[in-house]
Amino acid sequence: MFQATALNRRNARIETGMRVAYLGMTLMLIVPVLLVLGVLIDKGAPALSWEFLTEVPLKGMTEGGIFPALMGTVALVLVALLASVPVGVAAAIYLSEYAPNTWLTRLVNLAIINLAGVPSIVHALFGVGAFVMFFGFGTSILAASLTLAVMTLPVVIVSTRESLRAVPQEFREACWTLGATRWQTIWRIVLPNAISGILTGVILEVSRTVGETAPIMFTGAAFFLPFLPQSVFDQTMAMSLHLFVISTQVPDVPEALPYAVALALIAVVLVMNAASIAFRVVLRRRKKW
Amino acid sequence: MVAAVLAESVAGDAKIVVKKFSVHYGAYTALSGVNLAVARNEIFSIVGPANAGKTSFLRVLNRMDALTSGMRYEGTVRFDGHDIRKWRNLYALRRRIGVVFPLPVGLPLSVFDNVAMAPRLRGVRHRDELEEIVERCLRRAALWGEVKDRLTALGSLLSGGQQQRLTIARALSQDPELLLLDEFSIAIDPVTTMKIEDVLLELKKEMTIIMVTNLVQQARRISDRMAFFHKGRCVEVGETAAMFDGDVRDEQTLDYLRGRFG
Amino acid sequence: MRSTTQTQAPDARGVAWYLDKAMAYLVFGAGVSAILLIVGIFVFITKEGVGFVWDTVDLGQFFGSPAWRPTSDTPQYGALALIAGTASVTGLAMLIAVPFSLGAAIYIAEFAGGTQREALKILIELLAAIPSVVWGFIGLSVLNPLIIEWFDVPVGLGILNAGVILGLMAAPIMTTIAEDALRAVPDGYREAAEAMGATRWQVTWRVVLPGAKNGLTAAILLGVGRGFGETMAVLMASGHAVQLPDGVFDSVRALTATIAAELGETAVGSDHYQALFTLGILLFVVTFAINLTADLVVRGISNKD
Repeated sequence: MFQATALNRRNARIETGMRVAYLGMTLMLIVPVLLVLGVLIDKGAPALSWEFLTEVPLKGMTEGGIFPALMGTVALVLVALLASVPVGVAAAIYLSEYAPNTWLTRLVNLAIINLAGVPSIVHALFGVGAFVMFFGFGTSILAASLTLAVMTLPVVIVSTRESLRAVPQEFREACWTLGATRWQTIWRIVLPNAISGILTGVILEVSRTVGETAPIMFTGAAFFLPFLPQSVFDQTMAMSLHLFVISTQVPDVPEALPYAVALALIAVVLVMNAASIAFRVVLRRRKKW
Repeated sequence: MVAAVLAESVAGDAKIVVKKFSVHYGAYTALSGVNLAVARNEIFSIVGPANAGKTSFLRVLNRMDALTSGMRYEGTVRFDGHDIRKWRNLYALRRRIGVVFPLPVGLPLSVFDNVAMAPRLRGVRHRDELEEIVERCLRRAALWGEVKDRLTALGSLLSGGQQQRLTIARALSQDPELLLLDEFSIAIDPVTTMKIEDVLLELKKEMTIIMVTNLVQQARRISDRMAFFHKGRCVEVGETAAMFDGDVRDEQTLDYLRGRFG
Repeated sequence: MRSTTQTQAPDARGVAWYLDKAMAYLVFGAGVSAILLIVGIFVFITKEGVGFVWDTVDLGQFFGSPAWRPTSDTPQYGALALIAGTASVTGLAMLIAVPFSLGAAIYIAEFAGGTQREALKILIELLAAIPSVVWGFIGLSVLNPLIIEWFDVPVGLGILNAGVILGLMAAPIMTTIAEDALRAVPDGYREAAEAMGATRWQVTWRVVLPGAKNGLTAAILLGVGRGFGETMAVLMASGHAVQLPDGVFDSVRALTATIAAELGETAVGSDHYQALFTLGILLFVVTFAINLTADLVVRGISNKD
């Protein structure tokens, strides 16, 4: 009796100890990053202003704002989305609605996993070899965006596939018995009920695309261009590369400037991610079946 | 081979003729040895205990096997004399066949759109015409009174019994030549069930009805002829009244019909 | 009442049928494009690098020599120092990230409840979203002075800096995947063990962890793959010196960082340019192998079930 109680007490102590240890490990991952974010805000926030966002960089990028980089990033992301979303959604439709359980389907899934795992700098090499040179787009927004599109394609495919699969199979069958074709069923029933999940995935993709640097370095992003690109065949500045450039390549940059760029970049990414998470939570509450 | 002879006897005016028919899921055989014919404008019911292969039979009639991985059938099924295996446009076939599932499935669309979907698929565009069809079908399915004020509500959020009747209304909206009912009354109260049975007797003038049911009394009340499926085989096919009077070849059939089953 | 016209065959194909067929081919094409892209990546980088592998470089020198001097009068292309750089940074990162992310995954999956779990998962997800160039900047301007101050070394950019940064970067992803693997262990196992009087950590240690072994291995492998292929953060935080490191404060240069730093300065088609694509082939093959292994390990679980 007494022994059993002692054992229980010992177990309870170990239990508590384990809980605290694991919580500690969790916090060790989170707290340092939060502290660093605090530093970024502390040093970068004073330099953030409306002018910072709307002015061009001045005096060898040691003064002025980030307007061309901001607009460049917007352009890169938009063109990348135009390329990757249609292909990614279509591929996800194939995998969720059509793909039979064969070696080819396995191969497609394997390709998607590997596409997501290829290092970003290798994507950059591919972009140079394929889009810049082979297809002759030169170093341009088009080449850089296509490189980004290839790189983030798995994000769209996987998130879309999952939201399509979440639509119950009975709905498809009910629709088929009415004489709807597979495509009519997808168009009228499956896609409308998966669209919010797909959008969540697209937002995630945007946040991923905004921060990418290596894939655009040699395919279309320029170190310094004090004006806006006129077409997709022009080069452009980008926020991510701008941060790299002013923090490593340019002498005599005032300390606050790169902090402000890093902060702006992080803000965009975190806001997009928070939006996609909020979107998901709202969706989970608003059930349609 | 009495079943085959029976099949021949109605073949002249048959809507459906099934010969040497079997259904398989991969290596598993769900149903085999089916030879039967269903006459135009009759109510044909299929009774039998669970796992008899009744639902598999219905699923082949509108070629859902083509959309179900691993599912296939052997033998021939003729619809109006055409072999449905050789049918080039299966969607056109399914458009002519209404189906009601045992578990109700309201599509996540408004009640109106649920019922208007099939007419829209066959090209009806005018609002007036759609409204007329929706109202007629919902009335026939004994649902109009309950939903007429909320046609914009989501069909998938109606109660189970309401979704069941919505499914019936949707099947009727196809204006089908053949109506397949798979235990349609499973989620509906007895009074409504009776109402719908009356509607079915009415609809018989316009279409052929094949009904899977585990309520033998329901089969007795409304069907002209019936088949007894058991353990993946079609045991017997005959006139409903005669079979209930004891005119059967297999004792199992009578045991089942009289409720004396294991 | 019947609106179908009986003049055409009852099974005639209409517009909807052909549209359906066309869309089926279209989405099939999109699905297969994933295969084409991964093959395309391999083909394009190999096309640029293969001439170098065949004609110019001695593979013994490539893998055996630490001398990477592509721009000297007698260029040398030894990748050993770069491989050592990648290996040391990734190794340190994994030493940090593996225990902590497994611990975090165990806490989130087995100990944290309801709201706390959701909050932690969201937080971890947000951390995973911080771009690598920002991590590089953090290494450069926040961690660098801290290392100099704490350890009294002249330069804070090196294996330690890059390893810590990379560890913090890889940890959220590993945590997420590991947590999924733990959640995939059926609750029935936990309940059965708890019914026999096991405490939570005993259940975790004896039932959940062995059950999730494959998923956890895959999480670690994917973390290694991620660290191995990371570019910007390593480029900015590792100090950029081509050398075989002696200690954690030494500066190193990773394979990825070398490509990022030098590709802009090379003439298209030159030996140096081709050498960088050869590094790309090496990166591609290794990450491909890692991802393939992770996939096979994960499939191992589903095969057993």
